[in-house]
Amino acid sequence: MSENNIVILGNGISGVTCARHIRKNDPNIPITIVSAETRHFFSRTALMYIYMGHMKYEHTKPYADDFWEKNDIKLLFGWVKAIDFSTQELNFEDGEVLGYKQLVLATGSKPNMFGWPGQDLNGVQGLYSYQDLLNMEKNTQDIQHAVLVGGGLIGVEMAEMLASRKIPVTFLVREKGFWDNILPKEEAALVGRHIREHHIDLKLDTELKEIIGDEKGQVKAVKTSNGEIINCQFVGLTAGVSPNIALFKNSDLNTNRGILVDDQFRTNLPNVYAIGDCAEFKKPPGKDRKNIEQVWYTGRMHGETLAHNLTREKKVGYTPGIWFNSAKFFDIEYQTYGHVPPSWENPIRTFYWEGESGKVALRFLFDQEDRILGMNAFGWRMRHEFFDRAIKEGWKADRVIGQLDKANFNPEFHKKFYKQLLDKYNGENSTSIPLPRRSFIQKLMGSRS
Amino acid sequence: MKLLQNLGLVLFIIGLLVFTGIPFSGSYQLDRKMVLDHTKEMHQDAMVEVLEPMYENTYASNFSFIKDFNDLFNAYNEGLKEEQAWDKVIWDDYAFPLTKAASNGPVEDAPLLFLALSIGLAVMGGLLYAIPLYRNKPAGIKHDGIYFSSMKARGWLGIITGTYLIVFYIILYWYPEYLTNLVIMVDPLSILLSGGPASQWFLYGLIYTLAILVMGVRMFRKYKGNNYQTIRTASVMFFQLAFAFLIPEILVLFNMPWHDFKNIWPLDYSFFYEYRIEGMVSSGALGMFMLIWGIILIVIGVPAFTYFYGKRWYCSWVCGCGGLAETVGDPYRQLSDKSLKAWQVERYLVHGVLVLAVVMTAVTITNYFMEFGLLEQATNQFHSLYGFAIGSAFAGVIGTGFYPFMGNRVWCRFGCPLAAYLGLVQRFKSRFRITTNGGQCISCGNCSTYCEMGIDVRWYAQRGQNIVRSSCVGCGVCSAVCPRGVLKLENGQEAGRINDMPIIIGNESIKVKS
Repeated sequence: MSENNIVILGNGISGVTCARHIRKNDPNIPITIVSAETRHFFSRTALMYIYMGHMKYEHTKPYADDFWEKNDIKLLFGWVKAIDFSTQELNFEDGEVLGYKQLVLATGSKPNMFGWPGQDLNGVQGLYSYQDLLNMEKNTQDIQHAVLVGGGLIGVEMAEMLASRKIPVTFLVREKGFWDNILPKEEAALVGRHIREHHIDLKLDTELKEIIGDEKGQVKAVKTSNGEIINCQFVGLTAGVSPNIALFKNSDLNTNRGILVDDQFRTNLPNVYAIGDCAEFKKPPGKDRKNIEQVWYTGRMHGETLAHNLTREKKVGYTPGIWFNSAKFFDIEYQTYGHVPPSWENPIRTFYWEGESGKVALRFLFDQEDRILGMNAFGWRMRHEFFDRAIKEGWKADRVIGQLDKANFNPEFHKKFYKQLLDKYNGENSTSIPLPRRSFIQKLMGSRS
Repeated sequence: MKLLQNLGLVLFIIGLLVFTGIPFSGSYQLDRKMVLDHTKEMHQDAMVEVLEPMYENTYASNFSFIKDFNDLFNAYNEGLKEEQAWDKVIWDDYAFPLTKAASNGPVEDAPLLFLALSIGLAVMGGLLYAIPLYRNKPAGIKHDGIYFSSMKARGWLGIITGTYLIVFYIILYWYPEYLTNLVIMVDPLSILLSGGPASQWFLYGLIYTLAILVMGVRMFRKYKGNNYQTIRTASVMFFQLAFAFLIPEILVLFNMPWHDFKNIWPLDYSFFYEYRIEGMVSSGALGMFMLIWGIILIVIGVPAFTYFYGKRWYCSWVCGCGGLAETVGDPYRQLSDKSLKAWQVERYLVHGVLVLAVVMTAVTITNYFMEFGLLEQATNQFHSLYGFAIGSAFAGVIGTGFYPFMGNRVWCRFGCPLAAYLGLVQRFKSRFRITTNGGQCISCGNCSTYCEMGIDVRWYAQRGQNIVRSSCVGCGVCSAVCPRGVLKLENGQEAGRINDMPIIIGNESIKVKS
């Protein structure tokens, strides 16, 4: 064991970002990243594209294989079976032992299984890890029908994956609208329509009752809450994910749903930290933020922040800025900035515009003083910096709406919707915000407005 | 629809087979008059005598005809060389015109029929295949199954296609006499446009243009809903058809030099060659315009347009090589090498070719002003070396033949001296950049995978950095395939074009000066 070495368990975005930033701040500390999933860091969000044939596994690696050696970051490919926090050692399945001075737990998530009857049958799986992808490849060979359960982002990804292989999909969603525990009604309807446009049999307000297997232990059908039996050879369980902390149960590490941490990602044990999906904040890191943050971007921020604390004298607490997230539902891109809950009450007011195609929509929320709280964008790319600033500074509604041309991030020559949106806004609010004009020279230069 | 598309594929393959078979058809018979008609006066006596033994024979194939011709012709030249009679050695290439003249057979009798059965069927088949693509599907880029495709992921179909293209280019550049039947087939079209018979270059230009047009239609289908791609594709289709194909032929009809007004030195490496300059200078006002326009493009056009729009204004909107790469080559864009090593090789090679082109042109011009004194020999050697190695082997054989192996921009990336020149301007003095949208990148890799120039776009995007690279041709596909709306091609102020974000937007924990 060396004088000061940092061991990071998990090579997802959180662990890898942490390692990179530690190395940036300190050229000498020995860093080891341990993983049993893949030898190198890959982008989890890109797994779907491998299945769809858009990319191969190697394309999903954000850094070339020689990056790690160049940056003196050691990669250890192996399965940790136990951690002895008292001797500060990781015990590997193959008998190897690795000591650490400081340990960063970044073990990510695992798909939720709610104890459905038949959830362990062959052909039933979630999609989170690289191994899940390999299983899905195997489980969907020559099948006639697939059923997905749970209306979240992974569900819609799996639907798109299966559709790309021309496998008919039935999609069971417990809620009345697609992802409507996150999306307001109109947006949920928009996404639902688009999913159906891709010939996915979307069944809202329908729950999974039972997965039925054949004598060989292979899935052959599902039974829904309506009593309907749907024949299928594959079931994707996509009802969310939860922290992957099986390794720490029955250890001295304090856990709840995730590994409990303070705002500096410190666990109850000395020299042990947790970041990313597997960490659960004892106190939410900010207003409108959750105790467990399970998106790519927050994983990255956790990594950045902990790396700072592990290498700098002056420690900082994790202080996320304005919330943002993005996703893609088949062909429709979604971005969100600030806080947009699925429903709200007076005095919060909203402005919603949807294009005629039913595939483009913007939603804004304003507080009682008319300051912007957040926005959702569908099929219309928006500039992150613009809304980060507008929301942070609490811009008034008219100012935000009047400057949307500056926020527009659609490709050049993209169809313009601004005038339609302004007409609706001016009509609803009795305002007369003009369409910003650009001179001929500005247009000719293609200058960013 | 599927039926129509399959029919299209069948027609295309039949057309391609007929095209490939045509050179092997017909018989060949040479006579004295043909030799007189197709040789320079100074060579007529010698050639008529040398080829005497061929007049009696009817050759069943071009192989036996060309073999006999070469045997006789080379024996004559070798003899002269042994005698050191250098001034009598014939350096001109008579194999092509004499094979063409000697050809008899079905193609010569009915050229238009064969044109319809070969190129005509291929074009029709291509359109039948392309037009119904993605019909009744929502707009959005469909890259489904590309890496399972034999054609697009270096499978056996890709290897066959690449090999076919490489062989075609080798024959076209160095053994055109084997293609004479195909050239005869397009003679009527050439006469219609330029008033004269076709050369192998007319044949090539015709196929090239049609390929861009048909595959351009495929682009419209594939990228429907993305106006940048649609307009850009329409632009390269227009410039190829009008500027590279029709206008030059029509100029010839009016006794002007063949001239492509959108081609720019040093891609157009022969622009300052003596015969080109003489041709322009002796062609009146229009000729002078060609010369002045060409120079204006080099010294003002390239830097000014590139300053405002980046090199994309040329490379992916106007250029013929770019036009082929962006249409015919689009299915292969993901095969470009993204490694750091490839980037290093690219920089040495492309700038090396630029230096070579500049030096060669400098020698040419010096030679011109020295009135063909000291440098005559050096100039000629330089020209033939550059023409062989860069103009033919690199740009043609490797540039296009390697599409299915190394992606569609091999020439543009590693070899094009004009791209190098445009790239220098783009890198150091331009308003163009690809903006990265704050912290929205998820490192998925679609942008890098589909970058035809082999730029590791993700490397920048995941750091929140804008992409400013000399090689970027601004095709816009990285932006189009990004699932999270992270990339946007923009022209804007130079300030902040190159940025650095040590801590990406959205995390306020750490204050750093950027």
